[in-house]
Amino acid sequence: MVARTVLHDADITRALRRIAHEIVESRRGDGRLVLLGIPTRGTVLAERLYTLIEEFDPGIAEWGSLDVTMYRDDLARSATRMPAPTVIPGSGVDESIVVLVDDVLYSGRTIRAALDAIVDHGRPRAVRLAVLVDRGHRELPIRADFVGKNIPSATSERVSVRLIETDGVDEVTIEP
Amino acid sequence: MTGLLIQGASLFGGHSADIRVRDGVIAAVGSLSPELGERTIDAAGLVAVPGLVDLHTHLREPGGEASETVLTGTRAAAAGGFTAVHAMANTSPVADTAGVVEQVQRLGERHGYATVRPIGAVTVGLEGRQLAEIGAMAHSSAAVRVFSDDGFCVHDPLLMRRALEYVATFGGVIAQHAQEPRLTEGAQMNESALSGELGLTGWPAVAEEAIIARDVLLAQHVGARLHVCHLSTAGSVEVVRWAKARGIHVTAEVTPHHLLLTEELARGYDPRFKVNPPLRRDDDVHALRQALADGTIDIVATDHAPHPDEAKQCTWAEAANGMVGLESALSVVQLAMVETGLLDWAGVARVLSTTPAAIGKLAGYDAPLEVGSAAHVTLVEPEARRTWSTEHLHGRSVNTPYTGRELPGRVVHTVHGGIVTVHDGVLGEAESIAALAKEALRG
Amino acid sequence: MKHLLSTRDLDRATAVRILDLAEDMAHTADREVKKLPALRGRTVVNLFFEDSTRTRLSFESAAKRLSADVITFSAKGSSVSKGESLKDTAQTLAAMGADAIVVRHPDSGAAHQLAHAGWIDAAVLNAGDGTHEHPTQALLDAYTLRARHFGAHSRGRDLAGLRVAIVGDILHSRVARSNVWLLTALGAEVHLVAPRTLQPHGMQSWPVTVHEHLDDALSLALDAVMMLRIQTERMHAAFFPSAREYAREWGLTAERFARLGPDTMVMHPGPMNRGLEISSAAADSSRSTVLDQVTNGVSIRMAVLYLLAAGSSGEPA
Repeated sequence: MVARTVLHDADITRALRRIAHEIVESRRGDGRLVLLGIPTRGTVLAERLYTLIEEFDPGIAEWGSLDVTMYRDDLARSATRMPAPTVIPGSGVDESIVVLVDDVLYSGRTIRAALDAIVDHGRPRAVRLAVLVDRGHRELPIRADFVGKNIPSATSERVSVRLIETDGVDEVTIEP
Repeated sequence: MTGLLIQGASLFGGHSADIRVRDGVIAAVGSLSPELGERTIDAAGLVAVPGLVDLHTHLREPGGEASETVLTGTRAAAAGGFTAVHAMANTSPVADTAGVVEQVQRLGERHGYATVRPIGAVTVGLEGRQLAEIGAMAHSSAAVRVFSDDGFCVHDPLLMRRALEYVATFGGVIAQHAQEPRLTEGAQMNESALSGELGLTGWPAVAEEAIIARDVLLAQHVGARLHVCHLSTAGSVEVVRWAKARGIHVTAEVTPHHLLLTEELARGYDPRFKVNPPLRRDDDVHALRQALADGTIDIVATDHAPHPDEAKQCTWAEAANGMVGLESALSVVQLAMVETGLLDWAGVARVLSTTPAAIGKLAGYDAPLEVGSAAHVTLVEPEARRTWSTEHLHGRSVNTPYTGRELPGRVVHTVHGGIVTVHDGVLGEAESIAALAKEALRG
Repeated sequence: MKHLLSTRDLDRATAVRILDLAEDMAHTADREVKKLPALRGRTVVNLFFEDSTRTRLSFESAAKRLSADVITFSAKGSSVSKGESLKDTAQTLAAMGADAIVVRHPDSGAAHQLAHAGWIDAAVLNAGDGTHEHPTQALLDAYTLRARHFGAHSRGRDLAGLRVAIVGDILHSRVARSNVWLLTALGAEVHLVAPRTLQPHGMQSWPVTVHEHLDDALSLALDAVMMLRIQTERMHAAFFPSAREYAREWGLTAERFARLGPDTMVMHPGPMNRGLEISSAAADSSRSTVLDQVTNGVSIRMAVLYLLAAGSSGEPA
């Protein structure tokens, strides 16, 4: 069987635009937004969201990258993973509203690691989660605040997010 | 003693013949029929060479019984096809008195696996200060003819001169461990680009060559005989070739490992490859093989140097020098010299039996495999191939450098003075060999 | 990477990856919590058969910043000085559950043996073996060179085009050996300067340019000059006649230092013999990287410990 495309480029652009608006709306008061993408594709999405927010509400957000490799709960069980750089915007995360950004939300373990990682950088006022795709099958009590699309899937299926910056094309596919 | 008939052996790798042994002596050679009650050995497909003679063996007894004893060492010798070994003097106490050499010689005689010829120390305690009682050792029942401070160089030139002159009085020879001590302080491996890279202190070729050059000139000056132990460099070959061309009485030995292995093995810091003199470069190995083939180097001697595990399971610098070599010597010589076309089996007999016996003034080897000679016979299966492992060792130590290598040839039978010490690749039981040896001594 | 024994085994890509990772590690020093949980539950043993407080502390600090449990075992006052072998000591520590062993030993090859003799399974990190190698020192030197030269644009870069002179007792220097292989793998041009007596046999076959006079090397446009520590006991073995003569011929005197280009870094692995191989003018100048080297050492050691001990196998995902 072949891969089935569940989100095309236009769907992705629309989803991100909607998420960007939701993030800004959810911001109560004058909270500073720090969008932290989880490498690799989460970082790309964080930058895109930042650009969108900047279009209609300039100056309220910053973006960066938060590598969670060293916080993973399966670090010792798998072959050595090379971490990616972590880039925290200059004003730090203290008292900001951190929005973690990732491509796919699945077991929730990556986000658990990200929550641990973020507190080592400071104390945000709040931490939110934005994902392009939620495919279900959570193993931890974690829920996304902003979701591009819910894609019910079987654990045997493979959900792939491809983005222009990393893969040359914007699409989300599902394959058996 | 019952008779023995070796049937169909290829003499020196040439024509086949039967060999009849009676009372420890070769009684007949030719096409022979078994006589009633005669024990027969089927030697079809095997090469017969005279029993091998090692001029350089460390038996470690007395004092080093954790590594080897006269019994275990001569069992290893028999398994390797040797019928005589010369036991180096660096025991504890040092073999620098008649008492020690007689004890070692008697132990060999009692066990019966091989003739043990003790080597006497040149200087008291191998300390290089004062001559040992060379005359007493020469006149003892051990009748010592080879003297060596092996492990140490007799580096004092005056002492070396006196030793050369003095042993000549007793028909002896000095076997020199050629190593200039100051040039080799702390030395760990051959000095080369590799030692520089590995950070191991170098043992330069010149430290061997300078001593050999000095010694051949001394030997010429005093008209004495010199033997050079474990020659290891191309430059040493040149010095010996020059000396021989000038008529100087010098003989030289090379070890099996210097004919096969190179310094590259030090790269893994595995102390099994640590030996003195050290493994050298490929060019040296090549020069040593050529020199052995053309007679510049006279003999192969094993420098069998057993060490306990703990002396090798440590860092390279802490490890002892040396490798066991009796069981593997003939296979290594076959690989390095016979299979390369440099020596035939008659040549092997020359470098591993008749010439070492002649240097050591050991009787019974001057007319090999001929009627009337002592029955020292080694039967080899050249076609055999073995992946070398410590299972092939019979001594007390397992520090062989050949583990995992495929080596050609196999000693199938060894006959020492008519006693079959190895039969079908199996060593005789110690009690029965000792009993046969006792019977043979009584005549 | 299963072990780090020598920089000879490092290719350019691996070396750059280690330097980049060390850069990430360095950034943790700016965070609120300076520890990473990467080696939580893992045990790192520092096995030091040779006194070296600074290297030991650097490794301890690196392992602790990665949340490892650290056991330090120094030869002094232990059973090692009573004749226990390297093998027995290593097996004892492995039995205590060591995941990685950082070993410093006076004998060349000791780390290689720990890794390959079949005595233990733990990852082995060579913290200096005899006169052989000291790979983390070379890595921190490369890191320091890169960081000073390229600043914020260091990531992903090698040292192509940089010219480095290493001066002094090459013969006995594990730092020099490790640097020669690593810096050349990273594309730097390496010049070695030493009297003939302190050059290893066969050094001409190394991928370097050899000089016997320091002034010859200093006349080149050098990006860095690395002065090696000279041990005064070498005088007694006739490697050179006197400390005074050594300082005059091969020391980075104030006068020589003044002649260096304005951007030439002055490096030293420490501890320094002021007035012998290096003058105070050079050691204390703003071009001296000596203290950077110490700081960078921790980041490099974090990177290497992470690569050796964090995963279940040595192979990268």
